[in-house]
Amino acid sequence: MRTLVMARISEVESGRREMSMLRRKSSTLRFLERTILLLFWSAAAGWASEPKGSSHGTNIFAPASTPAKSIADLSVFVLVITGIIFVVVFVLLTYAIVKFRGRAKDAGREPAQVYGSTQIELAWTIIPVLIVVVLFLATARVIHAIQDAPEPAGAVEVTAIGHQYWWEFRYPKLGIVTANELHVPVSDPSHPTPTFLQLLSADTDHSFWVPELAGKTDLIPNHPNRMWMDPQRTGVFLGQCAQYCGVEHAKMLLRVSVDAPEEFASWVQAQQRPAVEDTGAIAGRRVFERNACMNCHTVGGTPADGRFGPDLTHLMSRATIAAGAAENTHDNLRLWVQNPSAIKPGSLMPAMQLGDADLDAVVSYMETLH
Amino acid sequence: MASDAITVPLGQTEARPWVDTLHQWLTTVDHKRLGILYMLSALFFLAIGGVEALIIRIQLMHSHNDFVSPEVFNRMFTMHGTTMIFFVAMPVLFGFANYLVPLMIGARDMAFPRLNAFSFWLSFLGGLLLYFSFLGGSGLYGAGSAPDVGWWAYAPLGARAFSPGHSSDYWTLSLLVSGFGSIGTAINIIATILCMRCPGMKLSRMPLLAWLNLVMGGMVLIAITPLSAAQIMLLIDRYLGGHFFDTQAGGSAVLWMHFFWIFGHPEVYILVIPAFAFLSEIIPVFSRKPIFGYPVMVAATVAIGLVSTSVWAHHMFTIGMNSYASSFFAITTMAVGVPTGIKIFNWIGTMWGGKIQFKVPMLFCIGFLFQFLIAGLTGIIQSCVPFDWQLSLSYFVVAHFHYVIVGGILFAIFGAFYYWYPKMSGRMLSERLGKWHFWLFLIGFHMTFDVMHIPGLLGMPRRIYTYEPGRGWDTLNLIISIGAFIQALAILVFVANLVISYFKGARAGNDPWDAWTLEWSTSSPPPTYNFATVPTVGSRRPLWDLKHPEDPDSRYE
Repeated sequence: MRTLVMARISEVESGRREMSMLRRKSSTLRFLERTILLLFWSAAAGWASEPKGSSHGTNIFAPASTPAKSIADLSVFVLVITGIIFVVVFVLLTYAIVKFRGRAKDAGREPAQVYGSTQIELAWTIIPVLIVVVLFLATARVIHAIQDAPEPAGAVEVTAIGHQYWWEFRYPKLGIVTANELHVPVSDPSHPTPTFLQLLSADTDHSFWVPELAGKTDLIPNHPNRMWMDPQRTGVFLGQCAQYCGVEHAKMLLRVSVDAPEEFASWVQAQQRPAVEDTGAIAGRRVFERNACMNCHTVGGTPADGRFGPDLTHLMSRATIAAGAAENTHDNLRLWVQNPSAIKPGSLMPAMQLGDADLDAVVSYMETLH
Repeated sequence: MASDAITVPLGQTEARPWVDTLHQWLTTVDHKRLGILYMLSALFFLAIGGVEALIIRIQLMHSHNDFVSPEVFNRMFTMHGTTMIFFVAMPVLFGFANYLVPLMIGARDMAFPRLNAFSFWLSFLGGLLLYFSFLGGSGLYGAGSAPDVGWWAYAPLGARAFSPGHSSDYWTLSLLVSGFGSIGTAINIIATILCMRCPGMKLSRMPLLAWLNLVMGGMVLIAITPLSAAQIMLLIDRYLGGHFFDTQAGGSAVLWMHFFWIFGHPEVYILVIPAFAFLSEIIPVFSRKPIFGYPVMVAATVAIGLVSTSVWAHHMFTIGMNSYASSFFAITTMAVGVPTGIKIFNWIGTMWGGKIQFKVPMLFCIGFLFQFLIAGLTGIIQSCVPFDWQLSLSYFVVAHFHYVIVGGILFAIFGAFYYWYPKMSGRMLSERLGKWHFWLFLIGFHMTFDVMHIPGLLGMPRRIYTYEPGRGWDTLNLIISIGAFIQALAILVFVANLVISYFKGARAGNDPWDAWTLEWSTSSPPPTYNFATVPTVGSRRPLWDLKHPEDPDSRYE
């Protein structure tokens, strides 16, 4: 019942038709290529202008340090190449769908039955292979440049230890221990002072991620890692734990304060001093040392030398508490000691069940720890 | 047959027809019924996994939301991931393989019908075991709770120190049990394809669906076994004092990652290759042309299967591998893009010069092509290791793999439902509801998963139950959540279509799509024995030859 007019097109012929299609598009493609390039750059530039004041966002396209910057450069290159592939295939696909849609008039007739074409299949094998080679070479170069960078003599060394759910930062050469807010010096490209981090974990896996300073690297127990950054702008850079580490993974926030050289030097000096002895807060100190507080927290120069929780020697030098979950204010501090779950449910710090008097005393003691 | 020996009072059986039906379905070893059972169980778990996804999306609608507690949120994403991969995606694809492979190769059943039934029930009961954790989770430590260690259960989070009680044991045991089911099914599919083909069906004449499922079966054997081994090792750690992954006793967290991803990456291809198989059957029929470059399609699939066993550590670029290892896994990952690209081009080649009919199955396949293109390209983007140091563990990755699994695999599965439902039920699915389903799902999908890439680029990590305001993530997350609800609505339309069409759909007849493979030569639904006489084939499209005796395919092969 069906009339079959089915001269099968020879494979060569269909191949030729296809190739001429591609040739006709090439000038359009060049235009598209430029447009995409422009789009990505302007988008990246638009995002980059986001930070206001001295606080920075978490945008991977607003790099402020060499590792983040070489990643952003590579990423634009990769996005342009994949963008071009996307446009080419998108156009081909759309063209095929529109052009070869079934129409009412040819109902009942089958199209020419084509089984394949060796030349054209070879073409769309070899071209992707070439693209892969290009992408791989660009990638390998950046991997090597970031990962195998030697540590210069003037580098600041920090040991970052991930805990459920906070960060411990130790500066072994400077004798400083702090938590959650990392201070590093700004690095002048002509005279670089990068910071090299040794990454360890006390419990589960974590991941150190401050997007504008560097890509993330995991902190894994029994598997020390290394990363580095050389921030070239001052200010506070935000980040957080990126590897799921337990209940409060979401509130394991991270701040990196990039200081001007003299600011950094004075911060170091202040941090190296033992805790301030304030006789006015002696009652609070007694509460701190009589209760379990001192089992987990260190206050330099006092008998309190616990290491499960953050070092509190210079607590008041930090802008936040509870790994960035709350601002470091009197009310927050009091609420935190009274009931940590109110700020951070699932935090490993127990509610201390202190009476109001003890609570006020211990908070005023903590507020002397500048 | 037993009715000769046992006389059953007539009235009793007639009074309880549903009991008999139930009994028949529970004890069946028929590959078609088991296939349908696989699909029904997948739909059941899809509903549960979908609700979990909606809970996640409500919680993330705006910053500092407290719709659920952090504990509940962590359980939700753990259960959502585990459910969708192991108890929705794999079963539904096994279901189609079970139903279609014997019909398409002209066999009367799978090679091992009883193993087939055993495998299905293992997999289904594995799913129930997982959900029993809500009731019996924490054992002595308190009332029920589901696992909350993430679907990777990275060591040492799965160790007893960090996961007390039994919640993560349910995760371990259910994957172990359903894993044995998967291995059984894989053996069955491979044996069926290699040994049960009808006369004339050489390997080079098999429908691509059979070829791709053969590769999938091989990959299941390669991938599921290390996962099962790792689960056993984890149980030894937890209950017999082993220290494989117990970092506090010198075990290795990285070892678990390798075990998990040596399963986990091939798993992606275990899911996507059957989806490719659906496209390779549906696109030719609705383009009215044979598949473009059959031998290359087979070769590309085998190549994907082989290369995909050596890409697993691209999930681990942030763990501090040395630069040589990173480079190796970068190039193998990029290399997978080549055969995958060949496939996309060959599907375009199939449509090229055809007369495309935009029936619902074809719409879903076209959706697949566009979305899988994007998913593949974001995959290539992440194979550029330094870029991945930013993107890994962020919402960009979440968007990427949902693009693969929802935008790709699930679209192909929907296409397969619309295409083969007439064969399975004898009724056509409604085209009108189907188009509603397609367009709603398409809109919801793009609202959710296109937008989801952006918070990743803006530094939002995955698996956080809430986030800080002022990071530029709020509006984006709200759009993502709205899209999720539109997708849920589309799924409701789909389920309604399945139910309504079963009773009221137009009669399908044997061959509603004017297709070319053997399953369309028998009645809809097919009889238990599939074919009254075992067919003999002379080409890749036996029904084309039958319909066009003056111009058969066999002349060109």
